[in-house]
Formats: sequence, structure tokens, C-alpha cells
Amino acid sequence: MSTSTVLYDHPGPRARVRNAVLSVVFGVGLVALLWWVYAKFDQAGQWEGSLWQPFTEASTWTQFIWPGLRQTLLAAATGMVLSLTFGILFAVGRLSDRRWIRVPSGAVVEFFRAVPLLIMIFFIFYGVPFLIQGPVSAFWAVVVGLTLYNGSVLAEAFRAGIRAIPGGQAEAAYAVGMRKSQVMQLILVPQAARAMLPVIVSQLVVLLKDTALGYIVAFPELLQRGVNDLSANRGNVVAAAIVVAAIYIVINSLLTTLANWLDGRSRRRNFRIPKQAAAPDSTPAGGATVAEPQG
Amino acid sequence: MHVFADPTNLDAYLSGFLWILKLTGASAVLALVLGVLLAAFRVSPVPVLRGFGAAWVNIFRNTPLTLIIFFCYFGLFTTLGLTLSDDLDQNNYWLGVVGLSVYTAAFVCEAVRSGINTVPAGQAEAARAIGLTFFQTLRIVVLPQAGRAVVAPLGSVLIALCKNATIVGTIGLIEASSVMKDLINSNGDAVIAIFAVFAGTFAALLIPTGYFFGWLANRLAVKR
Repeated sequence: MSTSTVLYDHPGPRARVRNAVLSVVFGVGLVALLWWVYAKFDQAGQWEGSLWQPFTEASTWTQFIWPGLRQTLLAAATGMVLSLTFGILFAVGRLSDRRWIRVPSGAVVEFFRAVPLLIMIFFIFYGVPFLIQGPVSAFWAVVVGLTLYNGSVLAEAFRAGIRAIPGGQAEAAYAVGMRKSQVMQLILVPQAARAMLPVIVSQLVVLLKDTALGYIVAFPELLQRGVNDLSANRGNVVAAAIVVAAIYIVINSLLTTLANWLDGRSRRRNFRIPKQAAAPDSTPAGGATVAEPQG
Repeated sequence: MHVFADPTNLDAYLSGFLWILKLTGASAVLALVLGVLLAAFRVSPVPVLRGFGAAWVNIFRNTPLTLIIFFCYFGLFTTLGLTLSDDLDQNNYWLGVVGLSVYTAAFVCEAVRSGINTVPAGQAEAARAIGLTFFQTLRIVVLPQAGRAVVAPLGSVLIALCKNATIVGTIGLIEASSVMKDLINSNGDAVIAIFAVFAGTFAALLIPTGYFFGWLANRLAVKR
């Protein structure tokens, strides 16, 4: 069902009246709820100008929000590059003909997909220093954790993408004398990467949101700097949380728009692997891709 | 393994995972109900309902869960004085459930909506042709098939929810990840064993869950 409009008829006079009544009733309820929330905040004095005033000062942005955002983007970018590498390596590993490569690769991917990111970050940040007799920076704890988790998810996406490429292509490549590694490098991985581009960009949204876990190990990213540190000075937790949430929502919406645009583009070019094959564990047959709802 | 031979540590380990399971269970039920409702909103003929559903999904899906949980504690509880229980642990638990549910509901909604898209348009048209109303079409024809199509994605959502429950540790609930952190800090000589036990427990819980949902999805799939 491509559009939901087939679920109901074009409204006639009675349906129009009914819809209008429902709109008004629900609208009034919603406004009442929002008013109640507003009043609650008002009671707690959260709309006072002094709490919002910091956001009109340049120093708030240059000292707290921008440095935090930069760390968030830096961690997300580093994590993305590393997790793409990890994903491609392990996807190819899982498709290897050699059992001693295939089985461990599968175990690694399954394991890191099942372990919560926070457990991984805690282990790297608090546990690894005991092993290497030296400190691990919060940045690397977050980035390595993100790499292992998102890399595993991407490995599954790549594997599904590679397997969905028509077998004739690999056969043709073998027929002209290519070795297995050449077939992978020249024929399969580039096509899978291109077809999986929308999934990869959606995963970037997940990765970017997950950098907020850095807050828990005192990595100075957007949540830490923009909400925690800022409100420690100004006592405006609610205001700061609303502003920072808006920043996250804008960035992630842009990324989602990019993913949809890429999706539409690859669809138009008829360069698309059927989605049911592309993302086996997150997509119903023929449905839209649902990104993994990790933190 | 000497760490877990100590009964205090063993109790901490067990109660840490008990909190995770309780968070997952309560949030899963709430998020499922809320998510299906939101999906119905998003396909309904009433524009205000559609807008509300879309706004919910866009806001909560694009905000980090850590920020949502943070807000539940410092915004709802500390600033607004919303108290859900007199007991501190119970209060943090319910604040965590609220955060996890509103966040996960957005993903349930999108999963169900993509499931609705798998039902052939002709079925809804046929339902309308025999005079079923919007709610009857949705309830009798579309949602049952959509539900079967989304077993696998809902399984992924449930698994992610269970992992995300560790984030409630941010607001002081001593769940599995906080227990692991404390054990690591006090037992520097056994960090690998501690990590292996905690990560292994999650893997042992969640990998079979994933395969179970894969099997169930295959079994319940509407063969067309």
C-alpha cells in the first residue's frame, strides 16, 4: 500500500463534518495539554527571561554550545569512518569461503550487536586502563564503542547488500579470470556500498545520537557542554535541554532528508536492491527502512 | 571469577539485570500501545491527528535518548517536582520507563506504519467497497496483516529497548551497566572477567531473542 489514503474514501459532507469535529476536539485537548505543560513550567518559573537570556549572549554559544557541538561532530565523523571500515571488513569476512575467517567474523558481529553500547564504553573507559596501565580518553572510549556497535550493524547491511547482487555478476567476473578478492573489491563491494547508501546515512543519525552517551563518561560533547555545564552556571536545565534538543533535531532531520533523497535517487536510477533483502532484520517485506532504535 | 563468588557482588549483578528486565517489560508494553495508537493517528483521515503523530515521531526519534532520560530527571522531577513514587529507586525507575516509552513509541509507530505499507492497496479498496469504515478497515483488514509483517522489526525495537535500558543508569538507578562500572572500579584485577559476564549476559539474553523473532516472523508472515 503505497499511500495511506486508500484506507478511507474521499470525504463526503458527513465525513467532512465528522473530521472537523474530531479535529476540533483533539485540537482543543492538545492545546489544553500544552497549556497545562506551559502552566506547570510557569509555576516553576521556567519562562523567566533570565533563564533564556543566556541564549542571546554570544559567550553561551562560543563557550558552551559550539565547542560541544564540535566534539559531537568530531566523534561522529571519526566513528563513522572507522565503523564503515569495520563494517566492510567484517561483511567480507562473514562471506569468506574459509571457515576460520567466517565463523569468528560472525561471532564478533553478533556479539557487538547484542551488547549495549554503554557497557562497551564503560569497559573501555574504566576497565581498559587497568589492562594497559594508562588512561583511556573519553573521546576514544566513545568512538571505539560507537565503531564496534555501528560497525557490526553496517557489516550486516553490507552483507545483505552483497548477497542481494545477482549471482551472474560474480560468475561473469570469475569467467573473465578474476580472483575472489578481485570480485569482492571490484564488483560486489562497490555496488553493495552504493545500494546501501541510504541505510548507511540512516545509521549515521543513530551514531550521531549515540555520541550523547559520552555525557555519561564526561566527554565534553553537546549534551555535556550545552545542558550540563551551561545549566550548572545558569540554573536553566529546562531551557538548555530544549535548545540542545532542537539542535539535535535539526541536524538529524537534515541527515534523514539526505537519506531519503539518496533513496529516491537510487530508486529513480533503477539501481536498487530490494529492501527486504537489503535490511533483513529491520524491515518488513517491501516496507520502509526502520533504523535501529539504539540510544 | 572470584568477583562473583562474593555474595554482595552476585546480588548486585542479579538486581542490576532485574532492573533492566523490569525497565524493558514495562516500557515495551507502554511503547507498543502508544506506538500502535500513533501509527493509527498517522494514517487517519483527521489532519490534526496526522500532524500530532508526525511531530511526535520527528521530535523523539531525532533526540538522543540520553537527553530524554536526562530531561525526565532534571526537567520533570527536579524542576517540575513530578514525583511518581515516594521510594527514590522506584521514582527513578518510573521516570526511566516514561523516557524509554515515549522514545521507543516513535520507533514502534514507524515500524507499524511501514507494516501498513506492505498490505496490498487492493485489500483496503475492497474493504471500503463492501462498506467498512476507516476504523473497521484498519482493525479488521489492515492491522492484523501489518502486525504479522512487523514482527521482525518489532523484535529489533525490543532488543534495542533492552539495551537502551542501561541508559537509565544516568539518573541514578543502579542497573546492570552501573553495577559493572562499580565492580570494575573496585576489582581492577578482574576487568575482563567482569566485562565477559555482563556483556555475555546481554548476549545470552538478546541473541536468542533475535533468532526467536526471526523464526516467529517467518512463521507468521503472510505468504503472498
